Amino acid sequence: MFKKIENTLITLSKVHEFIMQFFRELLIPPYEFKEFVRQCYEIGVKSLPLISLTGFIIGIVFTNQSRPSLEDFGATSMLPSAIAIAIVRALAPLVTALIASGKVGSNIGAELGSMRVTEQIDAMEVSGINPFKYLVVTRVLACTLMIPVLSCYTGFVGLIGSGLNVYQHEQVSFISFFDQVFNTISFLDINQALVKAAIFGFTIGVVGCYQGYNSMKGTEGVGKAANAAVVLSMFLIFIEEQLVVMVVQSIRG
Amino acid sequence: MEKKQITPINYDNPVIDIKDLYKSFGDMHILRGVDLALFQGENLVVLGRSGTGKSVLIKIISGLLSKDSGKVIVLGEDMGNLSKRELTALRLRVGFSFQNSALYDSMTVRENLEFPLIRNKRYLSRAEIDYEVQEVLSAVGLMQAIDQMPSELSGGQRKRIGIARTLILKPEIMLYDEPTAGLDPITCTEINGLINEVQQQYKTSSIIITHDLTCAREVGDRIVMLLDGKFEQQGRFEDIFDKPKDPRVQAFYDYNFVD
Repeated sequence: MFKKIENTLITLSKVHEFIMQFFRELLIPPYEFKEFVRQCYEIGVKSLPLISLTGFIIGIVFTNQSRPSLEDFGATSMLPSAIAIAIVRALAPLVTALIASGKVGSNIGAELGSMRVTEQIDAMEVSGINPFKYLVVTRVLACTLMIPVLSCYTGFVGLIGSGLNVYQHEQVSFISFFDQVFNTISFLDINQALVKAAIFGFTIGVVGCYQGYNSMKGTEGVGKAANAAVVLSMFLIFIEEQLVVMVVQSIRG
Repeated sequence: MEKKQITPINYDNPVIDIKDLYKSFGDMHILRGVDLALFQGENLVVLGRSGTGKSVLIKIISGLLSKDSGKVIVLGEDMGNLSKRELTALRLRVGFSFQNSALYDSMTVRENLEFPLIRNKRYLSRAEIDYEVQEVLSAVGLMQAIDQMPSELSGGQRKRIGIARTLILKPEIMLYDEPTAGLDPITCTEINGLINEVQQQYKTSSIIITHDLTCAREVGDRIVMLLDGKFEQQGRFEDIFDKPKDPRVQAFYDYNFVD
């Protein structure tokens, strides 16, 4: 029992040191701009097909599921507002982060894990290259930047899906739908969603990189790193979601 | 085939000087008071069974692992007192060829070779980088592989590219970790020849970690034998293996196929 607690505390201390090193290396030149752009492309552009499909379907399904409840109160005209709040405040950042932790987090964990196992990270170090700056800083930064961008895109695609569904059932035009959507959401909603998505992105990047960079020797270690990157980042995302909601609610008063 | 000594060795000038080096992993005491000197221009072979700490030794020399105690002086610099910046500068003067080559999977051969060069010598022009890449590729005899991915190369070719990637920074010391491991006898001989060519062409001093006696005989100017965490035997190949006094050395010889 004490051994487990001791190990947990040691891991937390290592993670803390890892995050501190990220901020130190982030500020000190030289900057790996080219690799950062490449990672943005890998994380952002290559996730688009999956994000598009998921966002669109969520918009349609959520609208379909919400309609009967509103119909009971004769309030189907409130559907665009309800959907807008749900998608912008919660669903877009959360769904994007969960998909990204599966796709991007596991990819980072496996890639860095296999680089560690095959001594490619050591090879960088002995060649006078800072592997932390090249591999970790670029990936964490790209995740932190691209998850909010992807969240905006998910929200937009989700609203399109929802708008299409509302148009089919309630004969409300797209213009009226989006008019009601933008009347409902506030700057606080958008800002909190973006901040939340950035926190989720940072978490996915740090967890994936930490697991991969410190993976144990052997192919089993690579698999474990990829798996832990997904499980742990999803777990942390749900906790962070709850914390951010509490903070935002206290701001709303 | 014994090695013909061409490059003069300066026995007054040790480029690596190790004194009383200790290293443990938990309860496993790997290195127990190692003393070692590598002289300028010399190819020093470190022989020993698997798990005796040969790779640990060169990882300490390159700064990949830290020592428990002892003194490690590389090119006049005490490894224990170096700042991060000084260690990076020193690493550019010490090349490390990994056992599994450690080529970057996602890059072509050209990109693998350019990568350390671009990052460490940012002032170089495109033409100068291309020249350096072509020079090391022709030194290892693999010009045709320039645009191939590492996964398309054979084990021997990967070793050669790994050595080329190290050579591109023009190191003064080369550290080879099991250069012939997992290769067929003909490719082993080619790699041994390449190690000797590198010594002569690039005027490097090298430590070659191996348990392959053929490799030791073909490339080593001096052989040291790591037994139970200490160097028990050292000298020329025939000094150690002609009439071994230590039964562990005899056993090591008997299990190797030397013609």
